[in-house]
Amino acid sequence: MIDEKGAGGVAEAAPAAAMGRALLEVRGLDKHFGAVQALTGVDLDLPAGQVTGLCGDNGAGKTVLTKCIAGIHQPDGGQIYWEGRPVHIRGPRDASHLGIETVYQDLALADNLDIVQNMFLGRERIWLGLLDEDGMERAASETLARLRVTTVRSIRQPVASLSGGQRQSVAVAKAVMWNSKLVILDEPTAALGVVQTRMVLDLVKRLRDRGLAVLIISHNLNDVFEVADRIAVLYLGRMAAQDRVSAFDRQSVVELMTTGGRAA
Amino acid sequence: MTTETELDAAQPDPTEAAEAAMDVPPELVAGSLREYLRGWAARVRGGQSGVLPVIAGLAVIIVVFQVISPNHIFLSAGNIVNLFQQSAVFMVLAMAVSFALLLGEIDLSVGYVGAVGGVIAVQLVQPTTTHWPWWAAIAAALLACALIGAAQGTLITRLGLPSFIVTLAGLLVFNGVMLILLLLGPFSGYPSLAGQGTNLWVLYQLMWGTIDPILSWILMFAIVAVLGAVIAIREASRRRSGLTAPPVSLTIIKIALMAAVGITVVGICNINRANSGTIAGVPWVVPIVLGILGLWTLLLEYTRYGRYVYAIGGNPEAARRAGIDLSGIRTIAFVLCGLTAGIGGLLYASYLGGMSNNVNGGQLVLYAVAAAVIGGTSLFGGRGRMMHGVLGGIVIGGIYNGLYLLGLDVKWQFIVTGFVLIVAVTIDAVSRRGAVSFRAIRS
Repeated sequence: MIDEKGAGGVAEAAPAAAMGRALLEVRGLDKHFGAVQALTGVDLDLPAGQVTGLCGDNGAGKTVLTKCIAGIHQPDGGQIYWEGRPVHIRGPRDASHLGIETVYQDLALADNLDIVQNMFLGRERIWLGLLDEDGMERAASETLARLRVTTVRSIRQPVASLSGGQRQSVAVAKAVMWNSKLVILDEPTAALGVVQTRMVLDLVKRLRDRGLAVLIISHNLNDVFEVADRIAVLYLGRMAAQDRVSAFDRQSVVELMTTGGRAA
Repeated sequence: MTTETELDAAQPDPTEAAEAAMDVPPELVAGSLREYLRGWAARVRGGQSGVLPVIAGLAVIIVVFQVISPNHIFLSAGNIVNLFQQSAVFMVLAMAVSFALLLGEIDLSVGYVGAVGGVIAVQLVQPTTTHWPWWAAIAAALLACALIGAAQGTLITRLGLPSFIVTLAGLLVFNGVMLILLLLGPFSGYPSLAGQGTNLWVLYQLMWGTIDPILSWILMFAIVAVLGAVIAIREASRRRSGLTAPPVSLTIIKIALMAAVGITVVGICNINRANSGTIAGVPWVVPIVLGILGLWTLLLEYTRYGRYVYAIGGNPEAARRAGIDLSGIRTIAFVLCGLTAGIGGLLYASYLGGMSNNVNGGQLVLYAVAAAVIGGTSLFGGRGRMMHGVLGGIVIGGIYNGLYLLGLDVKWQFIVTGFVLIVAVTIDAVSRRGAVSFRAIRS
């Protein structure tokens, strides 16, 4: 568990680790499921204060890679460095200890609970054995205000009554509330309309501006080019390319996704 | 104010805000009583009616039976107290089964588990056999019921068996166990609470004992004062620090309503309801039921455990990812269900003045589930409150009582209760569909 004091504060920029190393570095990661080699020697850098877009066709290994970082899968080979130190992430608890939070596509919000209750689910504040509703509500509204998620009428309304973009925003706010330094977003705009997508992408930019590292998985190259500072492209379990966004254009990313760069 | 809408420049979506308005509980966003009432009306129109249907249903039952009952006896002091005593078992069993319903599970065994608890207590206090003190007998009965709940809960959570089947088996098993326990001792299957002795007396008084009228007033005012003060202080402090809180006028109305209900109940109970002699005062069963209601409401709505029950009922996957121990929370819910069923069984034993094989636990559980659902608790988990079981229990007790006064026997009671249940579930389903289509349009 992360210290309760941390709750409510979006992590301030931790100065990226010593000697200009990225916040999280993946080196030579291997993962296989039985005979299926899902990842082969994958390298990935996620610097603080930058958004990295992870692209790749279906089955390229995007989800496996993020699940290795989030502690859901254990890699079979390779090493993950966190702030320059080698780490073993053995479970989602370990990941959130380090400051890694993942927002999955299905968001994992309980519709019948309100926004505050969802944001604190599993980490409720207790006062004299009872829930400290006032403290949690204050912290939740501070976090939402800081991320400028201001379209909800009341943070005491059930999540069922929110729009898709608002739900995504709540899920992200929930993730960054716990002093997290790296937020992984799995297809955050997949089910959203134009206005809602804009709302979520703006939120992603604000996370970056607050010094967090963001890894965003998306099929939508428009979204990736809009928010990403860096792009990483997976092809059949290998890292086909990884560079600043200016080194790519849409055409080259599509080619990398479909051919792994051999044609280019 | 962080709670008020503060439209982001990037979010010009007024239709969404307008639609969302209907979906938000009015007390969260209303600044004044007028706004509150307007928001509330919008919600009712939008199909989010809350406890309104059950209150309305109760009003209909009261008016109809008062008009058609012989000599308009329905609302006499004696009958109102009688009605509450008849409803008490339904209320408590409905609260018991609510623990399962909130998780999206069911417990069909509460009737016979409660009956087993009742038989255990009645048998243990018999002066001619075991002669246990009343408190030990009650403790043993409740412990047994809690253990039964733990056993069923473990089968359901650890082995992943469906609760419907496990508790259906429990219904049969504990029907048999009840019959075995009844035949113990020299009572030919009819252990009774009649007779001399403090221990028999205490169990009998659970339902039939009354609190001295003066003491009733004092206790009622004390409870209303304490609860009122807690509500007022809490909401005032939330208003001061800019948190979500209802308008002052609503707080005052809430407390005034509570006081009015308290005064009415105690006032009615303190009228002499005996044909000859004097029977007056609030029955013990009233504070017993209110105590259970208060305790379980506190547990469900103000503790971490309760929060997890709602979370699991709403989205088990979200709860699991939040690191919640699903099996543990579920098992404890079945333990609490069994324990509460045991209290219901004690009240039933007291109501009958003993136990016999006439106890129909299968019918009791159906009434209990019906009471919870009529009150507004969802069968699909995550939605409902303990209060719903109590309100639904009064509805079922009211139908039973009213038809009895008309001289209509049990067959009509079954039919009418069945129709009321259908109406209640229809209201639930229609309002749910309203809410869903609402969201579908928006997204």
